[in-house]
Amino acid sequence: MANTLPSTGPRAVVPPGDEPDAPRGRLAEQRGTPGLKGTLAKIILLGAVDALAVFALFVLFMQESWLVFAIAALVTLIVNYIYLKPGALPAKYLAPGVFFLVIFQIFVVLYSGYIAFTNYGDGHNSTKEDATSAIISTSQFRVPDSPTFQLTVLERLGEYSFLVTDPDGEVSVGGAERPLEDASNAQTDSNGKAVGLEGYTALTFADLLANQSEIGALSVPLSDDPNSGALRTPDGSRAYLYASTLQYDEAADSFTNIETSEVYRDLGDGAFVASDGAELVPGWKINVGFENFARAFGEEDIRGPLLGVTLWTFAFAILSVASTFVLGLFLAIVFNDARMKGRKFYRIAIILPYAFPPFLSALVWLGLFNQDFGYINQVLLGGADIPWLNDPWLAKASVLIVNLWLGFPYMFLICTGALQSIPEELTEAATVDGARPWAVFRLIKFPLLLVSVAPLLISSFAFNFNNFNIVYMLTGGGPRNIEAGVDAGATDLLITLVYKVAFGSGTGRDYGLASAFAILIFIIVGLIAAYGFKRTRALEDLN
Amino acid sequence: MTVKSHGSNPGRSRRLVTTSAIAAVAALALAGCSTGAPGAGDEAPAEDTGTLTVWLDADRLDALEDVAARFKEDRGITVKLVNKDFGDIRDDFITQVPTGKGPDIIVGAHDWLGKLVQNGVVAPLELGDIAGDFQEVAVTAMSYEGQTYGLPYSVENIALVRNTDLAPEAAATFDEAIATGSGLVEAGTAEYPFLVGLDPAASDPYHLYPLQASLGAPVFGVDENGTYDAANLALGGAAGEAFAVKLAELGASGVLNTNISGDIALEEFNAGKAPYYLTGPWNLPAIKDAGIAYAVDPIPTTGDQAATPFVGVQGFYVSAQSENALAANEFLVNYLGTEEVQTALYEVGGRAPALLSSFEAAQGDADVAAFGAVGADGVPMPNVPAMDAVWADWGATQVAIINGQGDPVALWQAMVTSIESKIAG
Repeated sequence: MANTLPSTGPRAVVPPGDEPDAPRGRLAEQRGTPGLKGTLAKIILLGAVDALAVFALFVLFMQESWLVFAIAALVTLIVNYIYLKPGALPAKYLAPGVFFLVIFQIFVVLYSGYIAFTNYGDGHNSTKEDATSAIISTSQFRVPDSPTFQLTVLERLGEYSFLVTDPDGEVSVGGAERPLEDASNAQTDSNGKAVGLEGYTALTFADLLANQSEIGALSVPLSDDPNSGALRTPDGSRAYLYASTLQYDEAADSFTNIETSEVYRDLGDGAFVASDGAELVPGWKINVGFENFARAFGEEDIRGPLLGVTLWTFAFAILSVASTFVLGLFLAIVFNDARMKGRKFYRIAIILPYAFPPFLSALVWLGLFNQDFGYINQVLLGGADIPWLNDPWLAKASVLIVNLWLGFPYMFLICTGALQSIPEELTEAATVDGARPWAVFRLIKFPLLLVSVAPLLISSFAFNFNNFNIVYMLTGGGPRNIEAGVDAGATDLLITLVYKVAFGSGTGRDYGLASAFAILIFIIVGLIAAYGFKRTRALEDLN
Repeated sequence: MTVKSHGSNPGRSRRLVTTSAIAAVAALALAGCSTGAPGAGDEAPAEDTGTLTVWLDADRLDALEDVAARFKEDRGITVKLVNKDFGDIRDDFITQVPTGKGPDIIVGAHDWLGKLVQNGVVAPLELGDIAGDFQEVAVTAMSYEGQTYGLPYSVENIALVRNTDLAPEAAATFDEAIATGSGLVEAGTAEYPFLVGLDPAASDPYHLYPLQASLGAPVFGVDENGTYDAANLALGGAAGEAFAVKLAELGASGVLNTNISGDIALEEFNAGKAPYYLTGPWNLPAIKDAGIAYAVDPIPTTGDQAATPFVGVQGFYVSAQSENALAANEFLVNYLGTEEVQTALYEVGGRAPALLSSFEAAQGDADVAAFGAVGADGVPMPNVPAMDAVWADWGATQVAIINGQGDPVALWQAMVTSIESKIAG
């Protein structure tokens, strides 16, 4: 949306007398004579792009990311085709923009659309394989009070063995499926640590590193009794005795708690679940269909305050647009008058709020509004005790005031631009016809102004509808009505409420639910914007 | 439209500029794609030297450079120290580990642990024989459900900072402190009896916790492993309600004021306007700079139990999907767990070391010793994911109680019900 709107501004500014044929003629001329420098530059730049593309393709090939590889190859071919083919000038101009549009907008939108249909979030963060291996590794507990074994890892015929020395100096050797057995014939170093055994090769640290995934996964049973635990090594030089609290059965795809014999199964909910509903942590990411949307409507934290928050969101967006537009327009008219002295200076000063990052301004305002220490109460109002941010209605007003301060320079800019594009003759003609200044403004300037500004007002509405920064930084949605029992405050917009519900409470961040909400809010804003644009088309007919 | 406006500016130079710009942008984009692509997976097969990637913030990066160089010398493994904003590390780690492109090791706070385990991104760490070399609270903090996950390196907590010019004697109970403070206010030598930084919307349960703990209301009960049990919320009951009443009383008398933010509290204390300031060691440099004569005291009690603060522990975690797990363990336990490194980290960051021998060595600094003595009785801040559900309600309710918006006991009970229902999901 933001990409298409700015073109409306310049269009209004272009004088109607411009001949469209002239540039086209020049372009044709240019196309006929590419010139040596131009061709050379084209070859070099395209070569650089291709070199990078080939490098990226190579990396993707090595990583076996076939889908991304195919897409990257296709894009490279298309880019080369576009820039090597004579003519096709519009494609040459549009290609980079389209490329970035796809990467940064379309892909992101589609991806959040996809996330809305999954349970992605805290606790469901990755694949089932990752979750299974995480559960296996966290269920290995070191046997209490068990000793530390000095370890040398041995290798024979491609199989690894642990040569361990216990604190009493007893040496034993064992491997996967081969419980420890006595190895008192081992060579030891000066500290009594066994470092080698006949028939085996001792691994150096570099060997250990090269094979660390296998060695890290190696589990050597202490004895024939599987309940006595197994030795594992975290660092290759020491081994500890571990016992597992959960047994993974690969064939049945289930975990069994060794103490309670409770069985945890994958029942399609993205986690291993016991018969009493207890889940093993972590779970994994699965597709859940429309469940997130059902929750979006069913969630008590959302449903309760929904009406109030929706009304305030509309009020906030409409009042923000209206107040910034009125103030911006007023200032634009004032500074558009040639009799005004020092216009340049004022214009620069007015644009300043627009130049500050909004979250920084919000924090500064937070300090200004402080009830006991803020500049507004202490200095401007001479020590008043006005609870600017602590009273529900005053907090609403404060948010609007800050947003007015942040937003009017933008409106001032676009109104100034639009006003300057309205030919001065129209005003003169009207004045000659006897119209007063107010009538000139109301009947001539304002309708012409709206033609170019109305689409921007709609986009400003959409922006303020989701103006997360200012509310989050200034009031955090508060003050909260503590007795209502829900986590919604007086200044919460839909977007901040959604943020709290999806990221702030209970089970942690829930990207699936957040994406579902984002889609719902998009639908609301999209419908309003579509209706608004339809109405502005009527305005354009005026022109 | 755009095409036309370009066309009206004839001349090859302009076109060249445009083409170069387009190509440069495209090149950048491709470069962006390709630099993102090679991950740990490519680096692993590199013959005899591997690479360990560590995410940490700028301070700690400087402190680790020496030990990283030594590790490379001893073990032939390059330690790549990547500078990240501390606040971003947890969430980026959770998102990136499953893609296989995350780091091998991160620095982090202990209260992240529950969330890291919940997402299966952190691997257990066996401290082995050195576990006993650390402060007990630090190892407990780095444990979750009986399993140890991190190598602790620093321990910090709040204590009561006293302006010794205004209040020469330490107060044993909170009422004593307030009486002294109010006396000074009446005498006109101070402006506030007591200072603590609060937030107008969220209070600051972390700073107020010792006052609550002293009345006998912790946040969660503790299970047989010594870790917090999220199913056992201990905020409620008579003890919690007594704290609510106390809060209301302190709010009504103006001792606690939610409009005094952390910045304001520090500023006013530095101006010598208050005898007591409940804060952490991170504000000491500013207090020293302001020239305030201060002492660090234990937190005065509100009830019959010790006013124990939450202890925050920072340490290092290993990724569950590290392809260099052996090397990562070796680096953490046998290099970062040594006195030399722990002391170096203390000297750079000023946070009290978790390793006992380094902690002893740091006792020469009276402030570290004093804060350490207060923290020795402290409990780790809960690291269970359910804590997320506690903070918001806890803070908002405290604000309401301090500002007298309702009956404190009823508000507190509503809070407990709300938190319980959120934890139950």
